[in-house]
Amino acid sequence: MSVSDYELKFLKNSILEMAALVETFIKDAVSSLLNNDVELARKVIRSDHLVNSYDIRIDEDCIKLIALKQPIGKHLRLITTAMKMASDLERIADNAVNIAERDIDIADMHQIDPTVREDIFQMSEIVQSMLRDAISSFVNEDKLLAMDVITRDEAVDKLDDKIFQELMTQMHKCADCIYSGSRISYVSIYLERIGDHATNLAEMVIYMVEGRIIRHIALDKIKTIKDSAANLKNL
Amino acid sequence: MSDLMELEVKKLDFYYQNTIHALKNINLPIFQNKVTALIGPSGCGKTTLLRCFNRMHDLYPKNIYKGEIFFRGKNILVKDLDMIELRSRIGMVFQKPTPFPMTIFNNVAYGLKLRGIKDRDEIYQFVKTALMEAALWDEAKDKLNTSAYDLSGGQQQRLVIARALAVDPEVLLFDEPTSALDPISTAKIEELIVALKEKITIIIVTHNMQQAARISDWTGFMMLGDLIEFNKTEVMFTNPMEKLTQDYITGRFG
Repeated sequence: MSVSDYELKFLKNSILEMAALVETFIKDAVSSLLNNDVELARKVIRSDHLVNSYDIRIDEDCIKLIALKQPIGKHLRLITTAMKMASDLERIADNAVNIAERDIDIADMHQIDPTVREDIFQMSEIVQSMLRDAISSFVNEDKLLAMDVITRDEAVDKLDDKIFQELMTQMHKCADCIYSGSRISYVSIYLERIGDHATNLAEMVIYMVEGRIIRHIALDKIKTIKDSAANLKNL
Repeated sequence: MSDLMELEVKKLDFYYQNTIHALKNINLPIFQNKVTALIGPSGCGKTTLLRCFNRMHDLYPKNIYKGEIFFRGKNILVKDLDMIELRSRIGMVFQKPTPFPMTIFNNVAYGLKLRGIKDRDEIYQFVKTALMEAALWDEAKDKLNTSAYDLSGGQQQRLVIARALAVDPEVLLFDEPTSALDPISTAKIEELIVALKEKITIIIVTHNMQQAARISDWTGFMMLGDLIEFNKTEVMFTNPMEKLTQDYITGRFG
């Protein structure tokens, strides 16, 4: 008796639920910063244990399936992917909590420059979409969508650089802004890390679908693979 | 442990020929409507223990039981016990399929006729139900009057299960039921065992640890006549308490 369809569906649903919660964390954490909503930030921090519970539960479920059902082939890849995804999702949640903590650090102290504000918002939107689509690609076993997620990380990295430059310029001009500016630069770093984790998720999906590990492959090569795959699909 | 107990083994010792101490102070619950697997290296006593549940050892002289086995609260190791009644309530399936030299129909009907059921329609219904429960009806319904020997190994094993089911047992004992079968037949028997536990309590002896992991709810690991560890299967195969268990399931010996 191998792993049943019900067990695999249950596992996918667990990842979906965990990811939905994590996406809310990112949204609320950034919103708390941009709207100076300390109470919302505290809510994110208080809720972190919910994500941790999912991480533990998914880990235990996967270990149980591997020990008891001896999955092979695609089932084994799916289960090991789910284990790793839970771990990355938990790290994303931790980064969202870090953003919330930075907001509390600088509550009432900062007025975020409108350009930086816009860039942080945009970064947040991109990483949330990356997360959403990475999970969607997992559930639907859609390698094209997963590859597309990977290509979006470049934009996140560029925004992180841009925000850093902008903040450096401001801090040079305003000594009183250094504390809050440095804290806001951390927010950008955390969002950039979330982008990296979302990229990891997408890479895991490609492994799950194709059995091919594409970690550490150059981005332009991934774009080429993605375009070829899309062309093949359209034939 | 909050599951209901079907059988309970208390301080059981068993001696072959009054000399060979094959089971040593075994204490073990068997839970209702669960699959309990007994695993361990050859000669550890798992089949010996299995055969205690239906007093198979009584068929040979000088075998001695000490201790108690409670079946729904009654000790079945007492002297004056109706063995036929016991063995219809606790049925057994062996490693090698053992169909009788009869038709498929008569194999399943045999136990019913021994019980005194004579009505042909009633027997037919019982036979049909048993074959359906054993997942053999579809393959056998058009050849019920052909010889059971014409069936494949896997089908014969399912026929034997149907035969045991026909007399409405509460427990089924499986002694390495798939070791003589091909992988596909094995998978079918495993599915059947998991389905049957909704109705019946099952104890299975197996050399195949992966099989025990796949289909059982509880697992007992035995060695040299001792029960080393007994626990939920998911615990046994992810985090066993005893080093000997860990060594066995990881293949260091056995």
